[in-house]
Amino acid sequence: MNLRTFLLGTCSAVALAGLAQAETLTIATVNNGDMIRMQKLTDDFTSKNPDIQLEWVTLEENVLRQRVTTDIATKGGQYDIMTIGTYEVPIWAKQGWLLPLDNLGPEYDVDDLLPAIRSGLTIDGKLYAAPFYGESSMVMYRKDLFEKAGLTMPDAPTWDFIADAARKITDKGNEIYGICLRGKAGWGENMAFLTATANAFGARWFDENWKPQFDQPEWKNALDFYVKLMNDAGPPGASSNGFNENLSLFQTGKCGMWIDATVAASFVTNPKESTVADKVGFALAPDTGLGKRGNWLWAWNLAIPAGSQKAESAQKFIAWATGKDYLKLVAEKEGWANVPPGTRTSLYENPEYQKAAPFAKMTLDSINAADPKNPAVKPVPYVGVQFVAIPEFQGLGTAVGQVFSAALAGQMSVDQALASAQQLSTREMTKAGYIK
Amino acid sequence: MARNVSTGRKLITTVVAWTIGILIFFPILWTFLTSFKTEAQAIASPPVFLFFDWTTENYSEVQSRSDYLKHFMNSVVVSFGSTLLGLLIAIPSAWAMAFSPTKRTKDVLMWMLSTKMMPPVGVLVPMYLIFRNWGLLDTRTGLVIVLTLINLPIIIWMLYTYFKEIPGEILEAARMDGASLSKEIIYVLTPMAIPGIASTLLLNIILAWNEAFWTLNLSAAKAAPLTAFIASYSSPEGLFYAKLSAASTMAIAPILILGWFSQKQLVRGLTFGAVK
Repeated sequence: MNLRTFLLGTCSAVALAGLAQAETLTIATVNNGDMIRMQKLTDDFTSKNPDIQLEWVTLEENVLRQRVTTDIATKGGQYDIMTIGTYEVPIWAKQGWLLPLDNLGPEYDVDDLLPAIRSGLTIDGKLYAAPFYGESSMVMYRKDLFEKAGLTMPDAPTWDFIADAARKITDKGNEIYGICLRGKAGWGENMAFLTATANAFGARWFDENWKPQFDQPEWKNALDFYVKLMNDAGPPGASSNGFNENLSLFQTGKCGMWIDATVAASFVTNPKESTVADKVGFALAPDTGLGKRGNWLWAWNLAIPAGSQKAESAQKFIAWATGKDYLKLVAEKEGWANVPPGTRTSLYENPEYQKAAPFAKMTLDSINAADPKNPAVKPVPYVGVQFVAIPEFQGLGTAVGQVFSAALAGQMSVDQALASAQQLSTREMTKAGYIK
Repeated sequence: MARNVSTGRKLITTVVAWTIGILIFFPILWTFLTSFKTEAQAIASPPVFLFFDWTTENYSEVQSRSDYLKHFMNSVVVSFGSTLLGLLIAIPSAWAMAFSPTKRTKDVLMWMLSTKMMPPVGVLVPMYLIFRNWGLLDTRTGLVIVLTLINLPIIIWMLYTYFKEIPGEILEAARMDGASLSKEIIYVLTPMAIPGIASTLLLNIILAWNEAFWTLNLSAAKAAPLTAFIASYSSPEGLFYAKLSAASTMAIAPILILGWFSQKQLVRGLTFGAVK
């Protein structure tokens, strides 16, 4: 062995020993633009924390949900940090599956988090997950089509105005549909939209005794309104349209209005992807004058599973990824328009951000208008605007979503759909022990 | 003697065969074409077919974002490993059932097949717990074991069918010539069953390569094969169809090429014994 080989060997051995000492955090996350951007910027974190290495597991949202739920329920310990939604946080925290985040450091400024988002992640006064980005829902509309029809969109429209405008704009011969709304069955698909909309119509999933309320007139009004509107002014085959299908319709200029997640704003205004990028206006989600707007509240959050051996490093990473400096870092590297929205008050006070993101104010107003603890006009026993934060909701929401989707497709009447929803939710809630 | 087939009839069968072939291949072709489009072109309506500005941007994006080679190697190890391990167990058991059947052989075969009838998610939690306790979560060894177990009934069934076609007298003759059991299997049975074994091997590599439930649920960062690689590009909120297509093309390309080169063997094996 010559000297050179010996030296090279020694150097690599030392380097390997160094690597062996470093702690590796495995982070499970969803595939969306903001998360992918974070993965690209982690050099900033690892250079500040050379003893921590990061390993990513990126998965599609529904696969991820199943994957991390199995792992945390069986204490599999595969992940040190998990990306979870606002739906999971209260349920998992109550089960004792998550570590409270009480060591995020003095610079973290937890009071800067938007109150609506923070309240959904706080259980018994403790923060169990840190929001990475937050979203609500709002109306996106085509300014040019509104102008042509002689209509002006108010900042806070009513459902009657929306329905009227949608019917006026519709020009089926030219494949222009007044309104595109979710119809694909699923608790996070059509039921997210319909639950939030039903709140504006005065409906609720359950009364104070957990009795399902689909037999009440408010649900009938809401569902009837939705089905009629979609039949008159919606695109064909709407019962299989989810977020992506509507995004594609809107971007190719086929929708006059689209009510969906605020995160869509950055897609529809991006000239690289959207043919209508310069013609989009925004408004708050509609109401019916009963005091609740039909906008939802969602956030993707970072949390640490209970029993984690690497809690300290994990909290360090979470403090970095959801802290104020991260927003500045993104702005510096990718511009203010690409900063993850919906988590911090200071971001919305920043004039540079306000200038770069024309939808900033609408996003903030929408998030602030949502109240997960009092989502409906009448009192409810649950938390959650577009969902009910109980473990049974994924299954129940999807089952109800299927009958509502069938009503939209014309396979059953609105009355039949509501009767069926009432029957299956009563059965499910009795079985689960909510109804004594 | 082959029947005389009129030209008209030939033409019709050719057209029908090509139509079916193109129909089956179309989704793969479409994925391939979409992988060279921009995201905007990928959702264009009416869809663009061949005349667009071809771009390799999606491939470089996928390449820069994820470690393709790592996932690829995991897929190779897991699919080849599980198939070989499966064959090692299946050849002796199929031999036993084909040449020394007992009263219960048919029941055993049915019982093995019945394990395939249960939805895998039904045993997800117990399997996950066993894997956790044995330290097999997110390891290639763990995935090889689980895929072997899953595909074993199919391997045994296929081999059993092929072995049944081989006349028992030949094996008997070998035995009379003094061949031991192992020699009989290695030197007499296996060479005669090569087409059958080869097609079983190929089919199971393809099945293991494409298996997405267990490979996704039992892996995390280290052992994740190409199925996890594809799942990281799908999204219900955001249109990444072009990138997803690029990732899919990269994931299916190796197995498609393998299938292409071995199609003769595969077809021969699958129709083996059909015509005597």
